[in-house]
Amino acid sequence: MTDLPAPPLPRLARLRARFLAAPEPAKRVQFDRPLLPWLFLLPQLAVIVVFFYWPSVQAITSSFYIEDPFGFGSTFVGMENYGDALGSAEYRRIAGFTAFFTVMVTALALGLGLLLAVKADKVIRGRSAYRTALISVYAIAPPVAGLMGMMLFDQHIGPFVKLAGWFGWDMKVGLNYWDTAFAMIVVSVWKQVPYNFIFFLSGLQGIPAAVREAAVIDCKNGLRRFAGITLPLLAPTGFFLLIINITYALFDTFAVIDVMVKDKPANNPITLVYKVYLDGFRGNDIGGSSAQSVILMLVVLVLTLVQFRYLERRVHYG
Amino acid sequence: MKKTLVAATAFAMTAQAALAETTQITWWHGMGGANEQVINQVAEKFNAAQSACAITPVSKGTYEEALAAGIAAFRSGEQPNILQVFDAGAATIINAKGATIPAEDILAQNGHKLDRDAFIDGIRYFYADANGKFIGMPFNSSAPIMYVNDDAMKKAGVTPPKTWAEFEAIAPKLKEAGYTPLVASQLTWMFFENYFSRNNVQMASNNNGYDGFEGTELHATSPELLAFWTRVKDWHDKGLFGYYGAGWADNQKPFEEGKVALWIGSSGSFGGLSKTAVMPFSADFLPYDETVKDGNKSSFIGGASLFAMSGKPEAENKCTADFFNFLTTTDIQKFYHQATGYVAITKAAYEASKAEGWYEKHPQAEVGIKQLLLPQGEWSKGYRLGFYPQIRVIEEREYNKIFAGETTVEDAFKTIETEGNELLAKFAKTSG
Repeated sequence: MTDLPAPPLPRLARLRARFLAAPEPAKRVQFDRPLLPWLFLLPQLAVIVVFFYWPSVQAITSSFYIEDPFGFGSTFVGMENYGDALGSAEYRRIAGFTAFFTVMVTALALGLGLLLAVKADKVIRGRSAYRTALISVYAIAPPVAGLMGMMLFDQHIGPFVKLAGWFGWDMKVGLNYWDTAFAMIVVSVWKQVPYNFIFFLSGLQGIPAAVREAAVIDCKNGLRRFAGITLPLLAPTGFFLLIINITYALFDTFAVIDVMVKDKPANNPITLVYKVYLDGFRGNDIGGSSAQSVILMLVVLVLTLVQFRYLERRVHYG
Repeated sequence: MKKTLVAATAFAMTAQAALAETTQITWWHGMGGANEQVINQVAEKFNAAQSACAITPVSKGTYEEALAAGIAAFRSGEQPNILQVFDAGAATIINAKGATIPAEDILAQNGHKLDRDAFIDGIRYFYADANGKFIGMPFNSSAPIMYVNDDAMKKAGVTPPKTWAEFEAIAPKLKEAGYTPLVASQLTWMFFENYFSRNNVQMASNNNGYDGFEGTELHATSPELLAFWTRVKDWHDKGLFGYYGAGWADNQKPFEEGKVALWIGSSGSFGGLSKTAVMPFSADFLPYDETVKDGNKSSFIGGASLFAMSGKPEAENKCTADFFNFLTTTDIQKFYHQATGYVAITKAAYEASKAEGWYEKHPQAEVGIKQLLLPQGEWSKGYRLGFYPQIRVIEEREYNKIFAGETTVEDAFKTIETEGNELLAKFAKTSG
C-alpha cells in the first residue's frame, strides 16, 4: 500500500492530511527567532481576542447579574437569568420556532441550490448568462432582501398577497403567525440559494469527466447515477454548505427578520438571536440578554461538535 | 454658478470661523422623515440666533434605537450632550440618576429659570420626579387623538363619537356605507396606557410607579380595562374594528386611502396625514369609556423629551442649558408646533398660535392640546415603569393573539400582568 504513489488530493483534504500527520521535527524549525511567528499571528489573534473572546467573557460575566442599563448598579443573581429564560414558555416557543426555521431554511436552500446547480451544469448555450442571473441575488444585502420581502408580502400592496388571494389564501403577514413565518422562510431561502448554487456548481465541475462517463456506461438511470456517484462526490461541498447554512439560518437571517417584523414582533415568529437583540437593545435588559446569548453560544458549540464528530466521518474527501 | 460658488465659499469660511470659537454640542434623536427636517431647522435657528454654541442634531433611527445608542455611548464615555428619550423609556433614564443632569438643575446652574407654570398642565408631570421637578426637558409632546374621515361621516349621516357607546351606535351605519368603522395604530399607547389616563383608572401600584420601583405592579387586569377590551374584540369580530398588526403604518394606511371612517393616531401624525390623505379629514378627542365613573380626563403625553447627559465639560453644559432655554421660547415652540403637529408645550405658544388664527385654518392641530388641557384625573399624570419598552412588546404579542382568536381577552391580560410584573420586579433589582 504505502509503496504506491499517493493520488493527488484536493486542497481541503491535503490541508486536513497535514494537520493529522505526525509533526516532522525537521520542518518545525522554520524561524530563527522564536518571536517572529507570534508576530505574524498577532493581527489574527488580536482580532479574535477583541471581537470574540473579550465579548464572550463579558457576556458570561454579565449573564450572572441584573444590571442597570447605564451601568450604575448591578445585583448578582447567580443563575437566575438562565432560569428566567429557560423557564419562560415564550422563550421555549421561540426556541422551537428557531429549530423549525433553521431546518426549513437549510433544507430548502440546500435543495434548491443543488437542483439549480445540477440543471445549470447541463446547460450549454448561454450558460454564463444563466449562472450570472442565478448568482446575482447573492449580491443583495440581507436588509435589502428583507425590504423587498416586506413589499412583496405587504398586507395592503403586496403582489404576492394578491396572488395568494386568487387561490383563496387570505394572507396576513404581520398578523398571522404562520403567514409571517412563510414569508420569512421564502425570503431567507431566496437570499441563500445563490450561495449554495455557486458552491454546488463548482463542486459538480470538480467531478472528473472520466468518472461521469464511466458511470453512464454502468448505469442508465440518471437518478441512480446522481445518487450513487454525483452525490457522494459532492459530499465535502455539501457538508461545508450544511454548516454554513445552519449558521446563516441561525444568525444571518437577523436582518431579514428585523425588516419584516418592522421592529415590532408582536405575535410574529422570531428566532433566538432576534430575541437576544430585542431584550438587550430594545428592552435594555443586559443580564437577561447576555444569559440568552450564552445559551445560544452553547447550542452552536454543541451543534458544531456533533457535526464534526458524527457527520464528517461519513464524508469522503477525494 | 458663480453666485453659488461665492456663497459656498462664504459659507465655508463662516463655518470655519465659527468652528474656531464656538462650543460644539451634539443632540441625538429618534426622528425621521419630515420631523427630522424640522429638528434640523430648529438646530439651525439656534445656531443662527447666537454664536457661542453650535448644536449638531444626529438621527439615530427610531426612538428605541436612539435610547439604545445613547446607553451604549454612555457606557463607553461617548455620550452626546442631549439625548431624546421617548415616553416608554422615561423610567429607564430617570432611574439612572448619574446619567443625566435634571433639566431644572442644568438650567438653574447656567442662569436660566424654568417656570413650571408656563407649561401646559398635561405635560408637567410625565418627565418630572415625584416632586414635580423637571428631569427631562419636554420637547415633542403628542396626544392620541381620533382622526375622522369627513366623507364617511357624510355618507353614513352620522357625527364623530365622543364616547365608545356613541361609537357603537354609529359603527353599523359606517360599515353599511362601505367603510371599516374604526382602526387604531399602536394599541399599547391608545387602548392600554391611555385607557387608564382618559378614564382615570390606576395603571400600576405605587402611584403608577412614581413612588418607587420596589414592589410596583401593573394593573393590567383591571375590570374596566377587561370590559373595554371585550368590547373591542367584539367590534373586531363584527367587522367594526380593523386590526392590521403592531406596525404603526399598516394601520394608518387604510385611513389615508379613505377606506376607514375613524382612525386613532397621534396628534403628531397631522403633518404627514395632510400630505397623504386622499379625503378631507378632521380630528376629535380619543373617545372615553362612558361606563367608567369620573372619566373623560386628559391623556398621558406621548412623544419624547430631551435629557442633558452628565459627564460633559462646563462650557458644553452651558450650551445645553442655553439650548433648552431657547426651546421654550414662544417663537420656537410655535414654529415646532405648527410644522409638526406635536402639541405646543407652553401656554404662551398655544396662545400665540391662537392669536395668529392658526387653529381656524387647522382645527385638527388644536385637538391634541385641548385634550391635554382637559381636567387631570388622579391617574392621568403619567406612569413610571421600568423595562416598559419590553412590557409593550408583551402587550403587542398578546393583542395579536386576541385578534387571531388564539387567546381570550382575560387570559391575554393575565399574561401581560404576570410577565409585566416579572419585568418590573427585575427592574427593581437593577438599581440594587
